[in-house]
Amino acid sequence: MPTDVEMRSFTMNFGPQHPAAHGVLRLVLELDGEVVDRADPHIGLLHRGTEKLIEYRPYIQSIPYFDRLDYTSMLCQEHSYILAMERLLGVEVPERALWIRTFMDEITRIGNHLLNITTMALDCGAMTPMLWGFEHREKTMEFYERLTGARMHANYYRPGGVNRDMPPDLADDIRAWTDEFLKFVDDMEGLLTENRIFKQRTVDIGRMSTDDALHWGFSGPMLRATGMPWDLRKAQPYAKYEQVEFDVPVGSNGDCYDRYLVRVEEMRQSVHIIRQCLDKMPPGPVRTDDKKVTPPPRAEMKRSMEALIHHFKLYTEGVHVPAGECYAAVESGKGEFGVYLVSDGTNRPYRCKIRSPGYVHLQALDYMGQGHQLADIVAIIGSLDVVFGEVDR
Amino acid sequence: MVWHPDVGALGDLAEAITTAFPDDVVRAEVVRDELNVDVQAASIRRILSWLRDEPSALFQELMDLCGVDYPDRPQARFDVVYHLLSVKHNQRVRVRLATDEDTPVPSVTGVFPTAGWFEREAWDMYGVLFAEHDDLRRLLTDYGFEGHPLRKDFPLTGYVEVRYDEEQKRVVYEPVQLQQDWRTFDFLSPWEGAQGVLPGDEKADDAAASKSG
Repeated sequence: MPTDVEMRSFTMNFGPQHPAAHGVLRLVLELDGEVVDRADPHIGLLHRGTEKLIEYRPYIQSIPYFDRLDYTSMLCQEHSYILAMERLLGVEVPERALWIRTFMDEITRIGNHLLNITTMALDCGAMTPMLWGFEHREKTMEFYERLTGARMHANYYRPGGVNRDMPPDLADDIRAWTDEFLKFVDDMEGLLTENRIFKQRTVDIGRMSTDDALHWGFSGPMLRATGMPWDLRKAQPYAKYEQVEFDVPVGSNGDCYDRYLVRVEEMRQSVHIIRQCLDKMPPGPVRTDDKKVTPPPRAEMKRSMEALIHHFKLYTEGVHVPAGECYAAVESGKGEFGVYLVSDGTNRPYRCKIRSPGYVHLQALDYMGQGHQLADIVAIIGSLDVVFGEVDR
Repeated sequence: MVWHPDVGALGDLAEAITTAFPDDVVRAEVVRDELNVDVQAASIRRILSWLRDEPSALFQELMDLCGVDYPDRPQARFDVVYHLLSVKHNQRVRVRLATDEDTPVPSVTGVFPTAGWFEREAWDMYGVLFAEHDDLRRLLTDYGFEGHPLRKDFPLTGYVEVRYDEEQKRVVYEPVQLQQDWRTFDFLSPWEGAQGVLPGDEKADDAAASKSG
């Protein structure tokens, strides 16, 4: 038998190009055998300087940047920016636009959860959920396209409303889709929820207590999985969430498995919300008629000098936002997505800080992953629901 | 319809924090339904701990921490802004302090562990120093990056650009070369006539002078 066994720990580089890194995450892992001692995420490989760019654009031209942050919850992020702007501007939003925003946020949430759940299952060795799920994710993007003109980068919300009204038969098609989608959720649960391998990979992995989660700034499904019923749609409702009924699912263990369960149930609740929105949505205008933020209709411009001036001013100078500051947050699929907007009264934001949920959750990876095995890190990253567009900004 | 915070409770909280820290709180006021608390930089740790633990506040979550640059201010050009959330009382508060390039701000990683990355980002983007932060590396910018890109005097185009060099078979860094002139359009007041020099119009005065002379 050898007498002097030398123990040494490994430092291993994980990513940035790795299928389980969900984008461009570089992890420096210190391993003791197969057990992780320390995980140091290196982020910023997708840093595009969004916040700097926003400072150089008129307010309206910055909306598309929000589609490109977390490219799976586009409209939720636009919603946050638009809310911040509307609070500073003090404009009223027509009823119908608020209903459209509410159900589009939920369609976005379904698309987001579909991507996360199925790719997490893929990381844990199950391929079929992704093949099935992406079919329905494609459907959500078809609705995006029919409503906004783009599958992903919608650029659809505007201060004081939304860009245009719904096409006539969209509501019926969405309603028809919700039935088959609920059936898909049941099928997918049949594959995963009681699956022995999936449970072995996720139960008791990456556990967080509620206190830990609060200290680490968690929000969204990550916080709810620890048993904390905190949902901005209930606690600080915006758009029409006050007028729809839905439940907030919570977990109990705060592990990867509970996060999965919370997300699955949230998709069902989203369907519930979408149906209510389609039922309750009144006809009417979708943009405020305040001509300081909304361009005049084309026909009016041909006849009215004032309309022509408004149009010219809006498309050269843009919207002037009164000086002040505002923090607006919405419940995006991943958690609290916030925008801290500082305005100096000109047509460009003075400062726009984007608070992305994935950034905060990824930071806690070191804390969550300690003492876990290398393969568990993959499951934890999957359950964090990170998208590097928003982490790196 | 839309949710509004309990402004009365926020007003009470503003009073409570002013009473608890009469010397450290510069101003506490409710503006547009949001509570702003301006504080002295040195006491930020005590104030955030108080906000976290005081039963009438219980701001257990630090949602955001960021810098803001005001280069025109005579001193202390940076603001550091903390956004706290109380899930217990369903309230938010914004705490703000001012600092300059040389004066370190006490790190609040001991109060909220989530401040770690936020403070690294503020250091990276603005060059705000944080004392007793145990890992104040750059976070979002490239390895070996120089400068602090979100400062107002940092150009939007940056100073270096990166490309893959086919001859050297590696990525090279070079000074930025713009293919066309950098243009910023100031649309702020098209009616009152442009102030300042129009691009390409610098020689107008010389031409006028030579004509008259």
